[in-house]
Amino acid sequence: MDIRPILSTLRRHKVTACLLILQMALTCAIVCNAVFLIHQRLQRMDIPSGIAEHDLLQIQFAYIGDRPDAYAQAQTDLATLRQIAGVQAVALANQLPLSGHDMSTSGLKLRPHQRQNTIEAASYYGQNLLATLGVRLIAGRDFQPDELLDLNTVMPALHRDDMKNLPHTVIVTQAVAARLWPGQNALGKTIYVGNDIPLQVVGVSAPLARPDNLQMGAQYSVVFPIRLTAGEGGSYVIRTTPQNRGQVLKSALAALKRVDPNRIVLEQRTYDELRRGFFENDRAMAGMLAGVIVALLIVTALGIAGLASFWVGQRRRTIGVRRALGATRTDILRYFQTENFLLATFGIALGMVLAYGINLFLMRHYELPRLPAIYLPAGAITLWLVGQLAVLAPALRASAVSPVAATRSG
Amino acid sequence: MFGYYFDLALRSLRRNKVLTALMVLAIALGIGASMTTLIVLHVLSGNPLPGRGSTLYAPQIDPRDMGGYRPQAEPPDQVTWTDGMNLLRAKRADRQALMTGGSVAIQPAQSALDPFYETARYTTADFFPMFGVPFRYGHAWGASEDAASAAVVVISSRLNDKLFGGRDSSGRMLRVEGHALRIVGVLGDWRPNPHFYDLRVKNYGGDEGVYLPLSTSQDLHLAHLGGADCWGNGGADATPAAPCAWLQFWVQLDTPAKAVAYRQFLIHYSQEQKSLGRFQRPPNVRLRNLVQWLDYEQVVPGDVQLQTWLALGFLLVCLVNTVGLMLAKFLRRSAELGVRRALGASRRALFMQLLVESGVIGLAGGLGGLLLAYLGLWLVRRQPADYALLAHLDGAMLLLTLLLAVGASLLAGVLPAWRACHIAPGLQLKSH
Repeated sequence: MDIRPILSTLRRHKVTACLLILQMALTCAIVCNAVFLIHQRLQRMDIPSGIAEHDLLQIQFAYIGDRPDAYAQAQTDLATLRQIAGVQAVALANQLPLSGHDMSTSGLKLRPHQRQNTIEAASYYGQNLLATLGVRLIAGRDFQPDELLDLNTVMPALHRDDMKNLPHTVIVTQAVAARLWPGQNALGKTIYVGNDIPLQVVGVSAPLARPDNLQMGAQYSVVFPIRLTAGEGGSYVIRTTPQNRGQVLKSALAALKRVDPNRIVLEQRTYDELRRGFFENDRAMAGMLAGVIVALLIVTALGIAGLASFWVGQRRRTIGVRRALGATRTDILRYFQTENFLLATFGIALGMVLAYGINLFLMRHYELPRLPAIYLPAGAITLWLVGQLAVLAPALRASAVSPVAATRSG
Repeated sequence: MFGYYFDLALRSLRRNKVLTALMVLAIALGIGASMTTLIVLHVLSGNPLPGRGSTLYAPQIDPRDMGGYRPQAEPPDQVTWTDGMNLLRAKRADRQALMTGGSVAIQPAQSALDPFYETARYTTADFFPMFGVPFRYGHAWGASEDAASAAVVVISSRLNDKLFGGRDSSGRMLRVEGHALRIVGVLGDWRPNPHFYDLRVKNYGGDEGVYLPLSTSQDLHLAHLGGADCWGNGGADATPAAPCAWLQFWVQLDTPAKAVAYRQFLIHYSQEQKSLGRFQRPPNVRLRNLVQWLDYEQVVPGDVQLQTWLALGFLLVCLVNTVGLMLAKFLRRSAELGVRRALGASRRALFMQLLVESGVIGLAGGLGGLLLAYLGLWLVRRQPADYALLAHLDGAMLLLTLLLAVGASLLAGVLPAWRACHIAPGLQLKSH
């Protein structure tokens, strides 16, 4: 099809054509970036926690008043929980992956007296932690029971720099090992935390995500051989099977209440609920972005359809003349479709530049990565499709104009 | 004349219902989306203490060791126990309060209620007069109670409703973590948003149920809740001896001159501590007032800002769309406009007539946008974010919505109206 007559017609409707192009360009630019934002959110929501998510339950208690016998109480609680039917393993953990708050982190250094930390990793600790969470060891060993220190002896030792009562070993995730010692065996290596407290790596574990601040390295976690109690912020983690979760949670709460009624339940949930809660904002944001994309495409489609109808109405006589001179209905239909395709193409070309500009702005202010090039052709195809769909009805109406219209005025 | 134009506008809009509906819909969608996000932004970036923002300051000093030292890096946004106590006792400001967050078990006297946890604020006495906290019953505690670690407590009206059915409970006892504390006051409506004095607890929608003297909380070993920035061998433990900053310190400085003097005092204090060997870094102080503080802490969530940009982009598309449709509509009426010109109407008159028409579209779109904003805010309130419940439309924002809608559509109408009234009347009359 010859596009010269189309272009010369458009030149006579410069302002309207420009507005249409501008609208499609803005739509294209916003849609590209919004889809990219949605993709970012979905990608974030897809982060593996590394633990046996569907098998786990979390119960958190708080005591009323001080508890001198808290460590004995913790052992009783763990033994009680282990006896419940359907329970496979029980742990007391200081924090859980993706729980939304980095309660405890450690700056890791490779050498003593090093000024800046090499990385900031989430610190996990608690009795029977890795086995219950279902985190595999890739190399090395888990902590021996006699290796575990109580948190209430570790804390004072930290302040006194009393090395004897501090942990000497640590388990790091594969991600930490790869970052600290790329291409080397991490086992036996030493890291330094705090005032140059040396810790020897005895195990390298499969991924274990941080509780929060995933941008600091989602899988940067270390595990210390430390025991804690519910009074020190620990929560009970129970491993069972997905179908037994409801039943086990109920019996576990009842059993713990029986052991000591004088405490308050702060949290009782499946790990799946915890994870859902962590990503709730991302889900809401992705939903909102999707809503805006749909609304934007609808407004643009309606705008195109509105203007096209107006043009068809305005050119009825011209169409009639063309039809009378031998143009087929298909020719007329093609004419309007091609016209829209041309406008969309100009719009898309401008939209690409705008999309890139918006992305630069977002990169500067919201720490977003660069827009991958694949979004541009995808956005282009979307806009072409929306344009063609929107122009179809008016174009069909145009092709139905009879040649007699040429003889009528208006 | 305006009445006549208005009548003409209605007639013209009725003549082409689909096109009119499209324009109104586009404006309504754009206005609805952008007002929803603007209202959320407005609620979140508001001043929590109107009228006091410029006299409240959050002093920052840098007590950390040389680990991770970078010149001119921001000092921690909280203070250590030792520094907090030193600055408090120096009394160099008009008012000063040292505080931190906590979480305590409340054991109600009624057996009908199970024990429950309540967020707490452990603070020194100036907290209440400095922030202008309203009291419904009783009063705050004073410096003497602070000094004596008195077993007193102030509770929020929410907790008072829950425990005492809203009656005056001052003078009664409250069991907190197994200790009996005497209620000296019940707060009135106090829910500053954002929760400016401790942004580590919860930015929005947080309100403590109990307030008690900081010294008392230390004596009773009550649990700390909030952030703790530690260095050296500090392990995130909020205790007086730990190398950790975990308390918030606020001062009231009534004149700018006093603020300058207080800044000097902070520098002197840092130098003194350095010569004593407590501080290792060179003096590094900040003294931000409340407004600067909220800005520095970037309290408005990035997602909300992103949503606002997105909604404004959406509004722009809707407006371009409306300009296009209006242009089409006005140019289609060239013949009619030509007749009016030929009969003596001035360009100005035609221009006004067309602008009135776009204003009517804007008003209709604005009303639709208002409905959509209500719907949008309802959706926002169903979101999980902690600010969600604050999203409400007030009178000022309602007016702004309508003004924005009419203003935007008038703006959108200028170009089409100008084009339409510059058509040569003779040409239009001839061709028909």
